[in-house]
Amino acid sequence: MSVLVFAEAIKNQYKKSTFEVVLYGARLSKQLGTECIVLTNGNGDSASNLGVYGAQKILNFESENMHDNRMLTKVISAAVSQNGSTVVILSDNSKGKALAGRLAINLDAAVVSGAVALPNTNDGFKVHKSLFSGKAVGSYSLNADIKVISVAGNSIGLEEIGQAVSLESFDASAHSSTVSLVETKRVEGTVPLPEAELVVSAGRGMKAPENWGIIDELAGVLGATTACSRPVADTGWRPHHEHVGQTGIAIKPNLYFAIGISGAIQHLAGVNNSKTIVVINKDPEAPFFKAADYGVVGDLFDVVPRLIESLKKFKAS
Amino acid sequence: MNLLVCISKTPETTAKIAFKENGTQFDTDGVQYIMNPYDEWYALVRAIELKESVGAGKVIAINVGPPSNDIVIRKALAIGADEAVRVDAEANSASFVAKQVASYAKDNNIDMVFLGKETIDYNGSLVGGMLSELLDVPYLSYASNIEVSGNEATVTCEIEGGVEIVKATLPLVVSATKGLAEQRIPNMRGIMMAKRKPLNVIPPVGVEEKEAIVSYQIPEGKTGVKLVDLENMDELVRLLHEEAKAI
Ligand SMILES: Cc1cc2nc3c(=O)[nH]c(=O)nc-3n(C[C@H](O)[C@H](O)[C@H](O)COP(=O)(O)OP(=O)(O)OC[C@H]3O[C@@H](n4cnc5c(N)ncnc54)[C@H](O)[C@@H]3O)c2cc1C
Repeated sequence: MSVLVFAEAIKNQYKKSTFEVVLYGARLSKQLGTECIVLTNGNGDSASNLGVYGAQKILNFESENMHDNRMLTKVISAAVSQNGSTVVILSDNSKGKALAGRLAINLDAAVVSGAVALPNTNDGFKVHKSLFSGKAVGSYSLNADIKVISVAGNSIGLEEIGQAVSLESFDASAHSSTVSLVETKRVEGTVPLPEAELVVSAGRGMKAPENWGIIDELAGVLGATTACSRPVADTGWRPHHEHVGQTGIAIKPNLYFAIGISGAIQHLAGVNNSKTIVVINKDPEAPFFKAADYGVVGDLFDVVPRLIESLKKFKAS
Repeated sequence: MNLLVCISKTPETTAKIAFKENGTQFDTDGVQYIMNPYDEWYALVRAIELKESVGAGKVIAINVGPPSNDIVIRKALAIGADEAVRVDAEANSASFVAKQVASYAKDNNIDMVFLGKETIDYNGSLVGGMLSELLDVPYLSYASNIEVSGNEATVTCEIEGGVEIVKATLPLVVSATKGLAEQRIPNMRGIMMAKRKPLNVIPPVGVEEKEAIVSYQIPEGKTGVKLVDLENMDELVRLLHEEAKAI
């Protein structure tokens, strides 16, 4: 028996959400009294250091085809059978979700995507997942010999529980790809929205796209990622990948600023799992205040610059 | 070119989400349903556009569900699907749906299967990957652009913090996200024509269920907002630092 975690390295670096799945796998393996094995395309110290988050054995493979989920499914599946793994842990990102579905079929496994906590293994095997875009939580009972779980970001607080582990190589050369990569484009510098801990989001109250300077400045001072409401993305004021809500990206950062956003049910659905919510709106009756921890009633063009000043003072102190 | 589009039915976005039978069942009382927005707005429309540009083949909408889903299926026909299939069974899990769709796709000479990146009720995002594995074809997920030339598709897939542009040979499965197409509102002619288009009802294939939702909960709401005067942003910063420990 073992728990197998798939940890993707990008340019031989790991994201925080990847450390989270390693820790999740390590905690689960303790709970089950088994070993935590990490399968990764990373190498060197960077990969060895996954031991800090609880990896006990690290299998490293080389591949030019990390974009191909069919190929990766074969690699992970081979590692599962070689190591007698009974649980596979993935990140609940675009790649992890694709892999979760494929692996469930390939391994004839039970699957849940977007787990928000460690499984309860006292009586069966149950995992919580958020449903209805955050409006509810469901407890899934997984009933098969092998279980596949993708873990939602920010579901587990990071903790260093172990030390670096030496790598063992894993041969993935037999698995070729039929999908060719033309190009990868990444926005450098900012944390992608689904992984961000701090988010500054703005809505139609901004009036026009040229007014976004104060939002960018506030996000800059905080080191936050920017987001927006759907009409703002639909009218092209902001790019689509900033659209949060029920039909955009669902997020659960530590801190969410909602500026000039009314708080429609479809917007709240994607953001109400944020730990702390701050609402800035000139309308004291705006529904968002009911979903907020802190609120400021006022004109955002007045409030936001004041907030930026106070934050700068705080950062300098 | 034969394109299959998976469509599912979800509660309308403002529907009240509540549970009954001690939190073990979704309370459908008073809930209105719509076609899952990702299926309708992006997957279906892009499939129709591709068929139109090739000028041959057909777009088939497929749904797994009871007869009451026919209204949503007719909407897909009104938007422009040529025909529809309903697998007559309750869609209780992602693998159940994927196996029904895979079985149909295998028998019907399908070049591409389209579906939304997720449903807005169970947010599973699993059917596409399962279907691809069952059909043993590439899965291009979170597509915001797809162009097809002959037998080859070039697809832009959204990944966290960027995009991957990839090429693959048909057949394949594509999941749709925002940007793939512009929403189409059915017109009167489309609605009239939809009534005459075929909607075939077929029996399900057997599937052994491996997951079950045993209970539901509504997360606790916020207990009340703390208002801070706009003159006093230092206080807001202090609260965020000391009380919320968020900065
Ligand atoms: C099927 C469906 C799916 C949807 N999915 C989503 C989704 O995923 N995400 C989403 O966001 N929406 C979604 N919506 C849209 C949603 O219903 C709302 O229309 C939308 O969220 C409103 O955006 P907003 O708050 O920016 O704009 P508005 O509702 O227009 O609100 C603007 C707010 O700004 C405030 N304001 C104006 N000027 C100022 C000022 N100077 N200072 C301070 N405050 C000011 C106003 O008081 C108001 O509260 C969806 C709708 C449907 C029907």
